[in-house]
Amino acid sequence: MLRTEPITGNDRRVAPAEVPKTTRMTLVQAVTRALYEEMERDPTVLVLGQDVGKDGGVFRATEGLYEAFGAERVIDTPLAESGITGTAIGLAVAGFRPVAEIQFMGFVYLALNQFFCHAARLRNRSRGRYNVPMVLRMPYGGGIRPPEHHSESYEALFVATPGIKVVIPSTPYDAKGMLASAIRDNDPVLFLEPKRIYRAFREEVPVEPYTIPLGKANVVRVGKDVTLISYGAMMRPTLEAADAVARDGVSAEVVDLRTLAPVDVETLTASVAKTGRAVVVHEAPKTGGFGGEVTALLNERVLMHLEAPVQRVGGFDVAFPPALLEDYYLPHRARVVEAIRRTLSY
Amino acid sequence: MPRRTIYHAVTERLEILDEHGNIDPELDPHLTAEQLLALYRTMVRMRLFDQKGLNLQRQGRMGTWGSLQGQEASQAGMALAMEPQDWLTPSFREHGLMEAIGVPMRQIYAFWRGDGRGAIYPPHVNCLPQAVPVGTQFLHATGIGLALKKRGERAAVVGCGGDGATSEGDFHEAMNFAGVFQTNTVFFIQNNQWAISLPFNRQTASETIAQKAHAYGIPGIQVDGNDALAVYVASREALERARSGGGPTLIECLTYRLRDHTTADDHTRYRSADEVAEWQKRDPIDRMFAFLAGSGVWNDEREAALRTAINQEVEAEVEKFEQMSPPPPSDIFDYFYEVMPWNLKEQREQLLTEVARC
Ligand SMILES: Cc1ncc(C[n+]2csc(CCOP(=O)(O)OP(=O)(O)O)c2C)c(N)n1
Ligand SMILES: [Mg+2]
Repeated sequence: MLRTEPITGNDRRVAPAEVPKTTRMTLVQAVTRALYEEMERDPTVLVLGQDVGKDGGVFRATEGLYEAFGAERVIDTPLAESGITGTAIGLAVAGFRPVAEIQFMGFVYLALNQFFCHAARLRNRSRGRYNVPMVLRMPYGGGIRPPEHHSESYEALFVATPGIKVVIPSTPYDAKGMLASAIRDNDPVLFLEPKRIYRAFREEVPVEPYTIPLGKANVVRVGKDVTLISYGAMMRPTLEAADAVARDGVSAEVVDLRTLAPVDVETLTASVAKTGRAVVVHEAPKTGGFGGEVTALLNERVLMHLEAPVQRVGGFDVAFPPALLEDYYLPHRARVVEAIRRTLSY
Repeated sequence: MPRRTIYHAVTERLEILDEHGNIDPELDPHLTAEQLLALYRTMVRMRLFDQKGLNLQRQGRMGTWGSLQGQEASQAGMALAMEPQDWLTPSFREHGLMEAIGVPMRQIYAFWRGDGRGAIYPPHVNCLPQAVPVGTQFLHATGIGLALKKRGERAAVVGCGGDGATSEGDFHEAMNFAGVFQTNTVFFIQNNQWAISLPFNRQTASETIAQKAHAYGIPGIQVDGNDALAVYVASREALERARSGGGPTLIECLTYRLRDHTTADDHTRYRSADEVAEWQKRDPIDRMFAFLAGSGVWNDEREAALRTAINQEVEAEVEKFEQMSPPPPSDIFDYFYEVMPWNLKEQREQLLTEVARC
């Protein structure tokens, strides 16, 4: 029997009086909705990228925007990621708020020179005169069995580059509120969308605009024996693992980081100080992944509370495999459960 | 005269077979009947092999499939001009050309099914795995062309890509390097007029891709990409130049993608049925058929026999493809480094233990 604990997400307490109406939507619909609302409230918001206009995006994330706002604000670009990113930087410097789409995270390398050397640094280089209020959004991660280079999770690269905020929602509700915040933010934001769960489930989302602050994690389940830390599409196997160990009476607290940079160190350390044990889960390769950063932070700040070494569950240290083998690569419930048991039996 | 023209550029277009299959006698490359039939057979093979990929996908027996239909003349024309010592750096849509130079269909089916072993090609075929990141492979063609030149080999490399790929910086860097180093490279662009939903006139403000060669100081030519003879002639010329140390060439085949971008796409969202129908009338296979039938070397009966034979061959390849054992889980680790480092060894062990337990 599954013992399910109530979801206690702090953001779910959005005052119902203010936003009485909700509608059920998927994560990808929430992205579209956020883009729509932000474009509506701020005429400087632009969308640009490959196939984002007439086609509505290869995942339909920009569906309807071209019809609603026209080709001047929903811009189909030539096929060049450096071009998209560098042009967005120029637009941002000169008064617009571009939301640039990279079709798949596997192709973001071509954008990195612009994003890292300029978007991330311009505020600092111009000593505050210029800033780059752009969002670089893209689907990331595995689980849909596409061809090579369509399943990558390179978030750690961005976390390792000062000057960028890194945001990864795991629910439709968060996606809408955090994309709105990302667009309104005055610094460059990398917004990663877990495509595996683009349409995996629907939830009630307020129809009115709202924002969720960046840099705030969400304790989605309260527990006392171990803290499970994850984000994006890996929240599912992480929650499943929490359910699985609950059957043996293990009470796991589950933290959805939501923002990786700047990470919500307070929520993290408070939780682990309470539970004394931590497991970090992500699908990017374990070596050099964000799990290492979380582990180091916990060691630096709550070492004396730790009852066991922090456990990392990550992808293997190889390229994301072709479709037929991707299930072997992606972390799943059993691997998380195993890591929980390792911390408990330490 | 302080203001004067210092550069004047002209770009040629080559057409040999018109839409009805009439040949321009002055430009006729005088292929033997055997060569002509080989060219035609190659085109039909591409069509049927490709169609099978689409059918398998619909039946859930294939991953994503990017059809080459409409581009058979371009790929077969180049294949006929290539020699065994030449190299190919293909993009995701060159399975026809690859098959024509010796990559078995079953490997290509396996690759797109999501089996990494599908990129294992026969050792005598000089072909890199199909590159998915658009435009990246042009630079490899520059490097391979430079290597061939340094070693004084009478060989060339064909770097393939689409109209969309010419917008990536890598394409321009590849042409520039090739021009500076005079490498044994042929840049082979199939301008099928669409890059997913983006039409050619939104991809570049240039009238043609061929004219971009001028900027890099190398020869460029546009050919009717639905005319296998024109593609063959331009390819032969460019390959000969490259093999003999005469430097790189840019070839633009103006053709058309008749089907969806891939099976994950729906082209009716962004282009009109009329446009597609217009290009269907210029089907490269019909054109070649008309020419061959007109010259008396081909007829409906031989056509039917050819299709039956090719279909049998395709079915036999599908059977071999489907009989392949599933890739072992260890496949994701085993080829990553020459010597496997400790972390991969550990993780490999971990995975195999996990698999054994289930
Ligand atoms: C660097 C990169 N960006 C985006 C993509 C996604 N993508 C795959 S094919 C394609 C369009 C390619 O168009 P074109 O070069 O004209 O080749 P075609 O598909 O028409 O053969 C795009 C955008 C990719 N594979 N690689
Ligand atoms: Mg194209």
